[in-house]
Order: sequence, then structure tokens, then C-alpha cells
Amino acid sequence: MKVELHHIHKHFGNVHANDDVSLTVEAGTIHGLLGENGAGKSTLVKILSGFITRDSGEIILDGRPAHIQSPADALRYGIGMLHQDPLDFPPLTVVENFMAGSLATPALLNARAAERTFSALCRQFNFDIDPQARVGDLTVGERQQLEIVRLLANGAGTLILDEPTTGISASQKTLLFDALRRLAREGKSIIFVSHKLEDVEELCDCVTVMRRGRVVGELTLRDTPTKRAADGQPAGKHVNVAARIVEMMFGKELAMPVKPATHQDEVILTLDGLILRNDRLEMSIEHLSVQRGEVIGIAGLEGSGQQLFLLTCAGLERPAGGSIRVGERDLTHKPYADFVKAGVCYLPADRLRDGLISGLTIQEHVALRMSGKGIFIDRAAAAKEAERAIATFNIRGQPDTTVERLSGGNQQRTQLALMPSPLNVLLMEHPTRGLDIESTLWVWQQLIARCNQGTAIVFASSDLDEIVQYSDRVIVFSGGRISPPIAASELTADSLGHMIGGRF
Amino acid sequence: MTTPARIAGLPPAFYRVGAFVISLIFIALIVLISGASPVTVIGSMVGGAFGNADQIGRVIATLSPLLLCAAGLVYTFNAGLYNLGVEGQITFGAIAATWLLRVVYPEGATASLLPPPLAIALAIVVGGIGGVLWGLLAGALHVYGRISEIFAGLGLNFAATGIAIYLIFGPWKRPGVASLSGTQPFDESLWLGTFGNTEATPVALGLGLLALAFTIIVMRNTYFGLRLRAVGRNLRAAYVLGVPARRQLLSAFFICGLFAGVAGALQVVGMFHRLIPNISSNLGFLGLLVVMLVNFDPLWILPVAFFFSALNIGSLQLPLSFGLESSLAGVIQGLLVLFALIGHGLAQKYGRKPGE
Ligand SMILES: Nc1ncnc2c1ncn2[C@@H]1O[C@H](COP(=O)(O)OP(=O)(O)OP(=O)(O)O)[C@@H](O)[C@H]1O
Ligand SMILES: [Mg+2]
Repeated sequence: MKVELHHIHKHFGNVHANDDVSLTVEAGTIHGLLGENGAGKSTLVKILSGFITRDSGEIILDGRPAHIQSPADALRYGIGMLHQDPLDFPPLTVVENFMAGSLATPALLNARAAERTFSALCRQFNFDIDPQARVGDLTVGERQQLEIVRLLANGAGTLILDEPTTGISASQKTLLFDALRRLAREGKSIIFVSHKLEDVEELCDCVTVMRRGRVVGELTLRDTPTKRAADGQPAGKHVNVAARIVEMMFGKELAMPVKPATHQDEVILTLDGLILRNDRLEMSIEHLSVQRGEVIGIAGLEGSGQQLFLLTCAGLERPAGGSIRVGERDLTHKPYADFVKAGVCYLPADRLRDGLISGLTIQEHVALRMSGKGIFIDRAAAAKEAERAIATFNIRGQPDTTVERLSGGNQQRTQLALMPSPLNVLLMEHPTRGLDIESTLWVWQQLIARCNQGTAIVFASSDLDEIVQYSDRVIVFSGGRISPPIAASELTADSLGHMIGGRF
Repeated sequence: MTTPARIAGLPPAFYRVGAFVISLIFIALIVLISGASPVTVIGSMVGGAFGNADQIGRVIATLSPLLLCAAGLVYTFNAGLYNLGVEGQITFGAIAATWLLRVVYPEGATASLLPPPLAIALAIVVGGIGGVLWGLLAGALHVYGRISEIFAGLGLNFAATGIAIYLIFGPWKRPGVASLSGTQPFDESLWLGTFGNTEATPVALGLGLLALAFTIIVMRNTYFGLRLRAVGRNLRAAYVLGVPARRQLLSAFFICGLFAGVAGALQVVGMFHRLIPNISSNLGFLGLLVVMLVNFDPLWILPVAFFFSALNIGSLQLPLSFGLESSLAGVIQGLLVLFALIGHGLAQKYGRKPGE
């Protein structure tokens, strides 16, 4: 299906999130949508999929104007959107979800028929999902696959994917890309929102770059089959597009950072004989000591226990055995408050679920951090501190902006701005998930500055390049086991990929 | 499918006022169906609530404990808790207050062992403690027992009423006959002073207003209020950010129990002057409605609670003048709340955000 957006405008308060945006996606192509955090990408695709109503502008599908006011409208026109956080019903089984999200609602649900349709579609795309599994037990990648199949069963002619490759394994990514290419060959159009240039280069035929609500550039990466036939040219990739895209996105070239040596001699975090256990996993670590200023990267497939490990180090989960020491202090089995007092801080991956409080403003978050100093809120101080945080962390928002209205990247900046100081141990999941390239560089600059002040960082990431680039040592979580630390200088993203067993 | 589009994007107040108007139309319809004229019914209800000093006094006597309960519920609601146990907290507060008065003025005695003002003050304090106990019990069941606060509260409501009835028919029964009309009334020296000859007592009204003012200040200006809101909106994130979540939840139960217990004590020393089975007079549930109606924002509690009190008292007039059920007041309240919630939902879903 050919999708055309003409002169779309959308205001949120005084933010002009989409400013006269026009975009054409030809049938049979995969179209990349790129841009810095808060550029308005999600807003644009949510308008197309009916989750947000536009202020003005036109949507034209296959040459005919479409009236899209709600997600159901959009799906009826054949537009399906995959959100970054899957919108499914975790307690239900896969088939039940598949039926619940079905447009056709027969009087009686026919589970058997639904399961047959579902399995047939899965086979087409080599997706391997057990129809009777509980959705809550699936990985992010599998939930994504379920969602794709559901949208296709509803007759989607256009698929929108908003940052789909965060949090899925390399093999799931390969499956996803194959499926998307196949759908494009069938004449469907795909809109692919991402911050990862490698992914965009690998997959997309064209890209559109947005900045501050406007379209600032378009680029053809591959000639589409139709055009190729017309020009009589061989298919081929244009070279060195990454640099050009970066320049379009940020109006300048970005220098790759080098991580200086920051570690100091003093040991700050010591784990001994630590045993981690929950209902699915049991793992142990013989011994690990982390020096001040050191960065430890954790690699592994999503759900291999990285989160449990970080939560345990943060004092939010109890270890089944062993000891945790921060500096001289033995914190084993101590309450979370003692970990906080010892200068341990945890930044979760799911920012709006675990890290920030929807409905509270940036200033209220700052005030919450100041809580404990007296009874009455010092509004003047909180306002000043919020202004300062917004300025230094370059958050696109006001002190009275509630956090759920910030774009993903700005939520992460807010989380970083709320980190206490001084800080001894910083535990992070996916520190730059969802951040644009410039913000990623900037965040690591901040983190390295913290290391220089003596903070030890332990972080988990699904981005192997990030791990290799910024870590001093790397731990691999794989198959229920935790590897001893490996010096990052001995690793490449490829060799690391082989070690976690996720790259075929 | 076109409806949302047509009604979307209006200022939020539109939906709230619209819902209010619709609920009034519904109420008028119901009154018509039950065979009376809405205008005369309204007239009679206004007359019933404000016709004479007695009636105004009764409105204020209802308002005072209602303010206490509503103020208390602001804490639990903001902490994300549906504290349906507030009824039981009122009842247990009343039981505790009665117990104290029976101790300082034993059966058969001719005078209070303590000076009456001190005895009354102590009864109110002990009532508050009783409410706190009942509130913390619900809180502990919720926080440590992981039982839904709704079920814990409802269960404890039954228990409190059960205890009250047991006492009224058992250990505390009137000399001679035990009856549903309650325990033996206290000596008049232990009655709370009133405005003239009305049922309204200055102390109760003062405590109600004080609780409300205190609540407004706490919710707007203190770290405690901010932490409560944080916990209520996202318990997990608040905890990770360093808010002692359990303590915060228990504090909410504590304060709500305290206010409800004081309200219960006031029912005993200011209203009924004895323990009766339905000592709470459903004030707790009424308080829940008030707080839901004002969307947990304490500033609006006073007018809304006043309106509900007037509605309650005014409707007592209905059976006399029209042969209508006075339970019509309940129907009216229910409709108002239902539509207010619908209006609130619509405003959130379709309303224009400020500045948009
Ligand atoms: N519901 C909302 N209310 C107010 N402002 C909003 C809302 N949603 C988005 N915005 C603002 O609109 C702008 C565009 O946001 P959008 O989410 O579209 O950005 P994005 O390009 O998807 O960014 P990211 O890469 O960080 O996801 C941002 O400045 C954001 O703060
Ligand atoms: Mg986005």
C-alpha cells in the first residue's frame, strides 16, 4: 500500500512536534525514519496509526484520502503499528492474544481455527512461538513476532515499527529483517523508525530524516525493484551513507569518543560466592571485585539473568547466598535503603515502569530526590535544581512537564539527572536504549565523567558494540552461567556475539 | 466511531459540567417517574436542609465527620489505595471512645471520675487511636499479607460492626433489655456542647475543618504529600528512587484511620451519645464518594461534602411531603458520582490538555 502524508501538523502545548511534515512511502518499500530524540518520529507514526489525532494535514492511502481518528480506524485501512512496548495482554496465552486483537469478532470464538491461522502465518516467517505459551513468558522479540502476525492476520498493508530492534537478540533481528523484506516483496509498505544506522543501512530502501519536528532530508539507499527496472541499473548500495545521515540528523559530523582509562586502584564493589536464584534461573559468581572508576559490561541474550544480577547488586533482590560489599561495608541482606546510603544507584531499562513516575513533573522528581531535608518542600530550591538539571542535561522539557510527555531520550536524560552525587556504584540496564547517536555519545561522556570521580559502573546492554567500546572488562551471561571477567581489549563485537551464542 | 471525533478536543471543564447537567436531567426524570414534580422536590429538599436552624444544624452535624473521613481518604487515595475499610475505622473509633467513657463513668456511678471536658477530649483521642489500630490492621494485611486493601477493608468493616453488635447485646447491654437502639445513653455531662439547641457541635466542625486544612497543606506543600503521590502513581519506581514505600503506605492507613476514628468518637460524644450498631451512618462510604468526585484534590472537598450533607438531610423531608422514599437521596448521590466519574474519564480521554 502506498502511504502519503501531506503537511501534517501537531502541537503539544507550545511544542510543535510535527511541523508541516510530508512523507511518501511507496508500496513494496521499506522506509526508514530517523532523527534525534524528540524530533517527532513517534508522533508522526502515531498520527498515521490513529493513536494521536493530528491538528491538520492529510493522509492519503493508495491515492485516496483516509479518515483516521483511532487505532481501529487505521487498522481497518490496513495500517498496523508495532509499539516499542508491546501492547498485549501478558496473562493470556498466545492464541488468546491473537484472538483478542482480532478485528473480526465472531459471536463464538473459534480457538482451533485461530490457532491454525496463527501457526500457518508463523511458519511462513519461520517464527517459532508456542501458541499455548503465556505471553508474559515470551521474550520481547517473540512478543514482537506475535504482534506482527496478529497485524498481518488483520490484513495490514502497511506495517509501522517504532524502534523494533531494541531489546531483541541478534538472531531474532535476522528473523525480523527477513520477514520485513519478504513483506515488502509482497507489495506491503514498511515504516521503520530507528536510531541504529547499521540497521537502517542494512534494511531500508529510503530514509527520511527529521529534526525538531520538520523533515530535513531524504535519501535513497537502494533503488527499488520498479525503479531499477526503469533505469536498467543493477541493484546496489550507495556508499558511505551513514556519515551523510548523521550530518543530516545533527547538522554536523560526530566524532567517535575514546574511552580513557578511568579505573583507580581502590576496590569499591566486591561479590563473593554470590548465588542468584529466581523461579527460572539459578546462577553463581565465584568472585568479582570492581575498582573505582571501572566500567564492567554485561553481555548476554535478553533474560539470561542480567537484570536479576543488577537488582541483587542494587539491594532490590536478595541473593540466595554469598556476600556483597561496597567499600568496607558488608551489605549482604541489608535493606535497599542501606545500599542507597552506601552510594549505590540503579537505573532500570523500563524507565516509565521502574524509574520515573508518570504524572509527576520533572521538578517534582527533583523534589522527591531532595525529600528528607525538612518537612516542607523547598519549591524555590527544587525549581532552581530542576532548571539546572534541564540545562546541564539538555532535557527538552520544562520543570512542570510531566515525565510521560517527554520523548524516550529525554526520559533517559531525566533519569541521569536524578542520579545522586557522590556515587560509588552505578548499575544500569541499557543505558542508551532508545537514545539517538548524539545523545548516546553525550550520555557516555557524562558516565565517563562519573568514572573519573570514582564511580564504578556495571551495565547490561544488548548493543555489543557499546559493550566492547566502553567497558574495561566484560562478563558474559549465557546458558545459566556467568563467565569470569574478560578484558574488553581482547574482544570484538563479533567474538562477543559468538560467546553469547546469539549470532548465527 | 465518529462520536469521539465530534466531542474530542474541548476544554476538560466542558465534560465535567456536561456530565453534571446530564445527571441532573436523569435525576429529574427519576423524580418524575416516581410521581412528583422535580421543582417542588428540589424546593422541599432545600427547605428540608436549610428551612430552620435545626435543619441547618443537622447539615453541619453531618458535614463535620464527613470532612474528617474525606480528608483521611485523601491520603489513602493519593497513595493508590482504595480504603473501603474506612467504615470499620469509624466504627472501631466509636467503640474505643465508648469504652473510655464507660471507664471514666462506670455504670451506676453518679458523676464522671474525670472532669467532663477532659473525659470528652480523652474519648476523642482514644477514638482516634482505635481508628488507627483498625487502619493499621488493614494496612498490615495489605503491605505484609499482600491482601488487596479492598478486601481487607471490607472484612474489617464486618468485624468492627460485629464487635459493636456483640458489645451492644452483650457486655455493654442496657440494664434490663438489650436492643438495637444501642447502649445506655451517657450522662449529659459527657455530651459535646452544641450550637444553641441544634445537633451541630462546634468542636466537631472545628476538627473537621482543621483536618481538611491540614490535609490541604500536607498534600500541597510537604515532602510527605509528594512521596504519597509518588507511591500512589508508581510504587516500584518510587521505591527505586528511594521512597520508603511500605512506611508511606502504612502512614496513609495511619492518618486515614486516625481521622475516621476521631469521626467515630464524635458520632458517640456529639451525635448519638451512645454506641449504636450503625454508628458510622455510612459516612465512610459517603466520604469515598466525595473524594472520588473531587478527583483526590482536597481543595474541593468542603463544597462537595457540604452539598452531600445538605442532600442527605434535605431528603429526609421527602417521605413526609411526598410519600417518596428518602432513599432517593442515595439514588441521587449515586447518579451524581457515576456521571462525575464518566465526565472525568471523558475529560481525561478527549479533553484538550492545558496549553494545547
Ligand atoms: N503526549 C505528549 N504531550 C506533550 N508533549 C509530547 C507528547 N508526546 C510527545 N511530545 C513532545 O513532542 C516532541 C516529539 O516527540 P516524539 O515522541 O515524537 O519524538 P521522537 O522523535 O519519537 O523521539 P525519541 O527518539 O526520543 O523517541 C517531543 O518534544 C516531546 O516532548
Ligand atoms: Mg519515539
